[in-house]
Amino acid sequence: MRVPLSWLREFVDIPLTESARDVADALVRAGLEVETVESFGADVEGPVKVGKVLEIEEFEANNGKTIRYCQVDVGEERPRGIICGATNFAVGDKVVVTLPGAVLPGGFAITASKRYGHVSDGMICSVKELGVGEDHTGILVVDDDAPVGADALDALGLRDEVLDIAVTPDRGYCLSIRGVAREAATAYGVAFRDPAAFELKSGSDSPTRPVTLADPTACDRFALRALEGFDPRARTPLQIRLRLMLSGMRPVSLAVDVTNYVMLELGQPLHAFDAGKLAGGIVVRRAKNGERLETLDHIVRDLDAEDLLITDDSGAISLAGTMGGLTTEIDDNSKDLLIEAAHFDAVAVARMSRRHKLSSEASRRFERGVDPELPPHAAARAAAMLAEHGGGQLVGATQVDLGRSPTTITISADHPGRVAGVAYPRDVVVRRLTDVGCEVSDDGERLRATAPSWRPDLTDPNDLAEEVIRLEGYDNVPVVLPQAPVGRGLTQAQRLRRLVGRTLADAGYVEALTYPFVAPSVWGDLGFEPGDDRRRALRLANPLSDEEPLLRTTLLPGLLATLRRNLSRGVGSGVALFEAGPVFLPSHEPTPPPPRLPVDRRPTDDEIAAVLAALPRQPSHLGVALAGERERRGWWGAGRDALWADAIEAVRSVATALRVDLEVRAGAVSPWHPGRCAEFFVDGVSIGHAGELHPRVCASFDLPPRTCAAEVRLSELLAHAGGLVEPGPVSTFPVATQDVALVVAEDVPAADVEAALRAGAGELLESLRLFDVYTGEQVGAGRRSLAYALRFRAPDRTLTAEEASAARDAAVAEATRRVNAVLRS
Amino acid sequence: MSAPNSDYDPVEVTPLHADEVERMRDEALSAIAASSDLESLRAARLAHAGDKSPLALANREIGALPPQAKAEAGRRVGQARGAVNAALAQREVELTAERDARILVEETVDVTLPWDRAPLGARHPLTTLQERISDVFVAMGYEVAEGPEVEAEWLNFDALNIPPDHPSRTMQDTFWVESADSGVVLRTQTSSVQIRTMLERKPPIYIVCPGRTFRTDELDATHSPVFHQVEGLVVDEGITLAHLKGTLDAFATAMFGDGIVTRLRPSYFPFTEPSAEVDLECFVCRGASVGDPENPCRTCSSEGWIEWGGCGVVNPRVLVACGIDPERYSGFAFGIGIERTLMFRHNVVDMHDIVEGDVRFTLPFGTEV
Repeated sequence: MRVPLSWLREFVDIPLTESARDVADALVRAGLEVETVESFGADVEGPVKVGKVLEIEEFEANNGKTIRYCQVDVGEERPRGIICGATNFAVGDKVVVTLPGAVLPGGFAITASKRYGHVSDGMICSVKELGVGEDHTGILVVDDDAPVGADALDALGLRDEVLDIAVTPDRGYCLSIRGVAREAATAYGVAFRDPAAFELKSGSDSPTRPVTLADPTACDRFALRALEGFDPRARTPLQIRLRLMLSGMRPVSLAVDVTNYVMLELGQPLHAFDAGKLAGGIVVRRAKNGERLETLDHIVRDLDAEDLLITDDSGAISLAGTMGGLTTEIDDNSKDLLIEAAHFDAVAVARMSRRHKLSSEASRRFERGVDPELPPHAAARAAAMLAEHGGGQLVGATQVDLGRSPTTITISADHPGRVAGVAYPRDVVVRRLTDVGCEVSDDGERLRATAPSWRPDLTDPNDLAEEVIRLEGYDNVPVVLPQAPVGRGLTQAQRLRRLVGRTLADAGYVEALTYPFVAPSVWGDLGFEPGDDRRRALRLANPLSDEEPLLRTTLLPGLLATLRRNLSRGVGSGVALFEAGPVFLPSHEPTPPPPRLPVDRRPTDDEIAAVLAALPRQPSHLGVALAGERERRGWWGAGRDALWADAIEAVRSVATALRVDLEVRAGAVSPWHPGRCAEFFVDGVSIGHAGELHPRVCASFDLPPRTCAAEVRLSELLAHAGGLVEPGPVSTFPVATQDVALVVAEDVPAADVEAALRAGAGELLESLRLFDVYTGEQVGAGRRSLAYALRFRAPDRTLTAEEASAARDAAVAEATRRVNAVLRS
Repeated sequence: MSAPNSDYDPVEVTPLHADEVERMRDEALSAIAASSDLESLRAARLAHAGDKSPLALANREIGALPPQAKAEAGRRVGQARGAVNAALAQREVELTAERDARILVEETVDVTLPWDRAPLGARHPLTTLQERISDVFVAMGYEVAEGPEVEAEWLNFDALNIPPDHPSRTMQDTFWVESADSGVVLRTQTSSVQIRTMLERKPPIYIVCPGRTFRTDELDATHSPVFHQVEGLVVDEGITLAHLKGTLDAFATAMFGDGIVTRLRPSYFPFTEPSAEVDLECFVCRGASVGDPENPCRTCSSEGWIEWGGCGVVNPRVLVACGIDPERYSGFAFGIGIERTLMFRHNVVDMHDIVEGDVRFTLPFGTEV
């Protein structure tokens, strides 16, 4: 809501010493969000006068454009000759003239100059040149009674300041000068003159058309004013045009301008019909199936049975409170007008506005609640203004009022204080509630406050508490730290997720937090088979980008895109990323929409379960992606590029940190290289994969060959995290070291050899480590040699050489038994 | 020949003359002193303290002396040999130290050479900032609650007193999961976790819920469709707006430094009543730039305050929808943007840097903020 300060001051005596900035601050403290304060006319300097056009000499310039050389009286001895390119004014019109020496907004200095063969001794100004509006199409023609030669800025009110206020949904009444003025009056503790306190008896009050309100829940007030003999070409007074422009609306015609003006001033949307185009009585009703209406924006709308309409005998003539219809629009010949102002239900208008994707100044106000007492006042005011400036006769008024019961709220006088944490005296509470317009009665125990008609948001005791607290000042509420009971600290899962992040960061991975939106084409890029479960994704009804309507089922698309972005930016010789976050897995069964639960009580557990059942599974995944140098080259020697083993080790290191027993086996699943893919198992259940990406996937994502990645189900890893560590006693007896080299078939996994050695070595084995892998002639084709260092130690004695050898032999024997290993001699 | 107490050779032996012993000793001492390294010292030891050294040979002659001369000569030679051995030991210590020192000098390296073989990693500052905030509240006794990102409309809106068709729904531009009437949304606020917590637990409730939220805003320098909030919720007996102010001040101090306070401005949120915007005292100028055009503050645009988030007293309607008796309990709630906090605290000027995952942005944050 843009509020010209001059307009505000009309209804509230804000001290003249207060600047617009001061007023803004006062309103902010009262709870209005003043976003900007703009000045108009302040940056105009030098002589800017009201002038009267005496003569116009029109000629065609070389470029074919019509140019006017005008004689303009600016109150000097003789008129000035001024060149002007616009043609929307006539001899006798009064205009704004800037004389040489003046400077217009934007540092535009006016000088006398020779143009089109004449000396132009000043400039006739447009709205835009004066900085009061955007319209550059024509000259600002001012009112006929403007004094020639006077300083135009002062005489015409071209200087003003505008507060731009972001009105929250509960404060619909502040979408008006009236509402803001009321707040300003309270903030300054001065009187408020209600612009709606308008004499209803103006002109004829004989009834005009019959009005039927067919759905009292949707429309309970309806006012009409009829006007005949109106001059459709009457010019809108300058002040009205200026205020509309400063408020961000474009002047159109007197009829439209006046309805807009009254709407801005009072907050009541109005509509002016061309009475000559109406047929019969007015009925406000819901739409019928198959009905259509072409609205003023030239869109033919198929109406819904819930739509609320104003109709006449011909059918729909307006989407109530939203937009008028084209057939009854005012035009240049409209002499008989019917001014409509009504009170429409907020939800009805909101739904209609949303259904038709049509948000108007009117619908915005009705959605937020319009004062139901306003319609007759607003219609009368608009009709009177039109009669005054457009010369019509007021010929009739109709008013339908189905009545309403005001909201009464009972609170104990100390309630606002108990909400705030400070004691407000009883009389302060009563005074503040009165300030906002409540009628307050006090039975000595409790207060009964009747909310004013313009505050439909006041329904609950806390609503009243807020009014008292904000007007007394939030700053005056004390500062107290509450004492929470002893908490349980972070949960194990929360601690472990931090540990996972630290583990990977310590291993050189950088965390990325990627958007969860993915394109359907990404499944093909990842090489997912048509039936791959990971293709089953939730779809957004209104994605930001139509290309990425799906929610991720895997972290890889985001990670790979981020990896590519880093590489293309040349951030380094290698990049390693990780992400931990949810993926979204739709249920396999179709889920019915969740029931709409009540809010006036706690839903039952079954009702809550029904709502939660509609949600997808959202387990946390952990992903890594890396490419390029994993170990840097340097003065110490060569570097090493990332390889499949890095991705696998990333998962192993996380499992180690979480103390999860992780089993690694060869896997083969997209998007990984079928021969370089590890599958991870915990308690025999697969929890993810790692390795080198398939060459086609690297190409699809424009990533370097041998890019590596891993993705595991983090939720399951966390669920299997080890409990308390019990390290057992540390033996201080000497170690016995034994190395063995075993030759096995090359397709025997090292993990199986190691498992066999561990099993065979028995309890004396302290540690076992693979230190060499050899293939070559010495071990024969299709075979490889794995060399292990075994460390044996007893808890209670020094092992003899025989004991250590026996343990080693047992280990080798088990490896021979399980994987046909041969001790390399 | 030199057996004791047998007949003896009365002839005095030349090497045992006092002058001669002194000469041998001095010769030995000067050779030792002249040794410049352990090698030449070894030669000097052999020559002057070895079995065939003059003093050793002289020592052998003592037995041949008459008894009355033995003591005298023995003492003389013994002293000389003692002096030589002492000199040898001392010189060895000196030369060993010299050699060790020389080796250390020779082993000097350029310690400024880099050793960045293993690249560093880092955690995203949005993650670590959420943890940091959680820690602040956990230290006050709060617990950290969590909820899903794809959320039921009822939990995200209705239960928070945001009815269907109310304009407050349009305050938050919502992603709807297909179909549009599915009743499932990407949560627009972490406030849905408030509801989940209150449905599950009885007061007293002291929780914070950091997490990711979604609104249909295009990515620009200050907005992201995917962003993070931390929600705070307290429900207990006698909770007031004053408690909210105290908590926000403690939070602000923990994030931005001692003495940084907050200010509440009346506002509107459906789930709180009264509601307020939280402003943070500018932690750069602390208000000094207000009205001082000579010293403008870029952080707060010389306003002295920075918008930080929203808050209020929990609307009793929300308590009712969660089965909590509003006559007995009251509460407060606040929601603060994590990105906004990160931008202020670390002088980040462009949202793109936060969301794009460029490692040059994330690496400087390391693993803690």
